[in-house]
Amino acid sequence: MSLKIINKEDLLPFVSNMLREYEVLGPVANDTGFKFAALTDAAQVRLDYNTTILPPRKALLPTQETLFTFRTDMPSVTPAFDMRWRVLFGVHTCDLHAMRMLDEVFARGNPDAHYMKRRATTAIVSVECLEACDEHSFCKSMNTLTATSGFDLHLIGLGDFYAVDVGTTAGDALLENHCKSHEATRPELVLLDKTMSAKWAKFPSRLSLEGKDLPALMGISYKSPVWEEIGVRCFGCGACNIVCPTCYCFDVRDEVSLDGKTGERSRIWDSCQLDEFARVGTGENFRKTHAQRLRHRFMRKGKYIAEAYPGQQGCVGCGRCARACLVDITPVGVWNALHKAHAM
Amino acid sequence: MSPIPAIESIYIPTLAWISKVETMTAMEKMFTIELPRGQSLGHKPGQFVEVSLFGIGEAPISISSSPSRSNGKFELCVRKVGDVTTALHNLDEGARIGVRGPFGSGFPVEQFEGRDILFAPGGLGLAPARSVINQVLDQRAKYGRVILLYGAKTPGELLFKDELQTWGKRNDVEFHVTVDRGDKEWIGNVGVITTLFPKITVNPRNTIAITVGPPVMYRFVIMELLGKGIPEDQIWVSLERRMKCGVGKCGHCQIDHFYCCQHGPAFNYAQIKGVMEAI
Ligand SMILES: Cc1cc2nc3c(=O)[nH]c(=O)nc-3n(C[C@H](O)[C@H](O)[C@H](O)COP(=O)(O)OP(=O)(O)OC[C@H]3O[C@@H](n4cnc5c(N)ncnc54)[C@H](O)[C@@H]3O)c2cc1C
Ligand code: SF4
Ligand code: SF4
Ligand code: FES
Repeated sequence: MSLKIINKEDLLPFVSNMLREYEVLGPVANDTGFKFAALTDAAQVRLDYNTTILPPRKALLPTQETLFTFRTDMPSVTPAFDMRWRVLFGVHTCDLHAMRMLDEVFARGNPDAHYMKRRATTAIVSVECLEACDEHSFCKSMNTLTATSGFDLHLIGLGDFYAVDVGTTAGDALLENHCKSHEATRPELVLLDKTMSAKWAKFPSRLSLEGKDLPALMGISYKSPVWEEIGVRCFGCGACNIVCPTCYCFDVRDEVSLDGKTGERSRIWDSCQLDEFARVGTGENFRKTHAQRLRHRFMRKGKYIAEAYPGQQGCVGCGRCARACLVDITPVGVWNALHKAHAM
Repeated sequence: MSPIPAIESIYIPTLAWISKVETMTAMEKMFTIELPRGQSLGHKPGQFVEVSLFGIGEAPISISSSPSRSNGKFELCVRKVGDVTTALHNLDEGARIGVRGPFGSGFPVEQFEGRDILFAPGGLGLAPARSVINQVLDQRAKYGRVILLYGAKTPGELLFKDELQTWGKRNDVEFHVTVDRGDKEWIGNVGVITTLFPKITVNPRNTIAITVGPPVMYRFVIMELLGKGIPEDQIWVSLERRMKCGVGKCGHCQIDHFYCCQHGPAFNYAQIKGVMEAI
C-alpha cells in the first residue's frame, strides 16, 4: 500500500500505545532464549530475537481451544469464539508465510469460524530478518526470507529507523493512531533497496534443490529407503509437530464439570508422529511404523499442502523441527538425501 | 485485522433424539434418530454423521438407512468398541444426542442406473452398504441385475436378519450369505466371503461392485472382482479412518493426498489403487 518511516526511538511508544488498547503478543526473552508472550510492558519486546521454540501460531490456534460449552442436564450448546482485538508483534517472515497457509486452510472448503473470527481480530506486525537465525533455518531455499503480503504492517530495520510496509487499511490505521511516522523519502528508499539486496547474500541456501521442486521430488520418493533409515532413529515423540508453524492437526476432547451438569468440547494440538493418530476402532493402524509416519509428515510438508493449496507451502524453512529433534532428523537432511538419491 | 466474518461454527452439533433402539447382536444396536421439527437429514447413500454424546465425545457413524426411506428419521447401526459407542449403547429411547452432518462423498448411485449392481459387504460393512442396497431396491426398475453377497464371522453376528430374509425371498435379488464359522443350527454356506464368488457369473463391463468391510477383506474381494473382469473404476469401497472433525480440518483421516472425510469415505478402486496406506 505505502511505505512509511518510523524512528527507532518511536518503536517502544508505538508498542505501549497499542498495549493500552489491545493485547499485544511479541517476542520476549526467557531462560532458554525467546518466546512469544503477551506483553505487560512495551520494554519486554525483543525485535532482535533469533527464533522461538514454539511458533507464534499459538496466537491463532491455541494449544487448547474451546469450541463450545454445553449443558448435560437440559441439553443446550453454546459456541465459544475468541474475538478480543490483539496485535501479534514481531513475527518473522517464515512464520508469516505459515500463517498465510493456515488462513487458507481454515477459510477454504468448510470455513472454520473459530479460526477465522480470531484471525479477523488479530493484527500482524511482522519484521524482516536481515541475518539468518542459525544453522538450521533454510528460508532462502523455501523462498520465505521476505514477504509482500500476509501482514498488516511489516518492519524493516534500517539503522536509526524502520521502514514500515503498510499491507492493509487496518495496518494503516494502527500505525496512524499509535505511532509517529512519515512517508519514506528518496534517500530512505535508496537505503532500503541497498539493505534488502545486501541481505540476500548473507542467507545460505541449505537445500540442494529449490523449495518449489519439492512436490516433484516427493512424488518419486514414496518407496525411498530414507524413510526406514530415519524411522529406526525416531522416538515418535512428536516434538517436530509441536514446534512447527505449519502443523495444524488437532484432537477433540470433552470435559465435564464436577457436578456433571456443564462441560466443554475443545480442540488440542495433535501430532501425526504419535502411534494412535491414525488408529481406528477395530484396532487397525494405518501408519504403524515410525517410517510410515515420518514419510507422511514429510509428504505433507513437501507435497500435499503445496498441491492442495496452490501458492502455499507445507514447510517454511524455519528450522524449528531440526532444533527440536533429539536424533537429528531434519528437513534439510531428508530432502537433500532424497535429492541426491534421485540425482534430479 | 478485517471485518469479523458472520459465519457459524462447523463443530456445533444439532440436538437430536433417539426415537428407537433395537438390539441386533451382542455387539451391535440399531438407533433410529430424529432431528428437530421433523427436519430431514438430506443424505446420500454412503455418507456419515458425527454422533455427539456431550461429555464423552464424537464418533463418525455411517447412515444405515437409505434416503428413499428417510421420512424425517435416519438409522445408525453401532458396534460397541469404545467410549462413545459404549455410552451410546447405554442410552434409551427418548435420549438426546448431538448430530453433525451428513458428511463425505457417498456413492454416486445416479451414475449406477442401468447397471447390474453387485454388493459384497462383510461384517459391519453391511451397515453403510444397506443405505445403497435399499436405495437401489426402492428404485429397482432403474437397475439391471442385483447380486448381494454377505459374509459375517458367525451366524450370531449376522446383521439385519429380518431384512436378509426379505432380500433372500425376492426373485429380483440374487442373494448369497456365508459365515466364517457355522454353529449347530447353521445350514448355509461356511467360508469367507470370497468363497461365494464362484457361485455367481457377471457381465463385467456392465457391473458396478460395491464392497464395504474391514481392510483385510478388501484385498481379497477386490482381487476376486478384478478376476471377474470388472473394471477398476466400477469397483467401489468405503474406507474407515480415524476422524475427529468430519469437515477436512483435523488431519486424522488423511490418506496420502485424500481426506477420507471429504473425498471419501466412498472411493472407486481406480482412485486409490497404488495409493500407499489406502488398502
Ligand atoms: C466414515 C466412518 C463410518 C463409520 N461407520 C460406522 C458404523 O456405521 N457403525 C459403527 O459401529 N462404527 C462405524 N465407524 C467406526 C466408529 O467411528 C468407531 O468405532 C468409533 O469412532 C469409536 O469411538 P469410541 O469413542 O466408541 O471409541 P474410543 O474409546 O475412542 O476408541 C476405541 C478405539 O477406536 C479408535 N478411535 C478413536 N476415535 C476414533 C475415530 N474418530 N474414528 C475411528 N476410530 C477411532 C481408538 O484408536 C481406539 O482404538 C465408522 C467410522 C468411519 C470413519
Ligand atoms: S522430533 Fe525427531 S524423534 Fe521426535 S517424532 Fe519428530 S522426528 Fe521423531
Ligand atoms: S517442517 Fe520444520 S522447518 Fe519446515 S516449517 Fe515445520 S518446523 Fe519449520
Ligand atoms: S476427519 Fe478431520 S480432516 Fe477428515
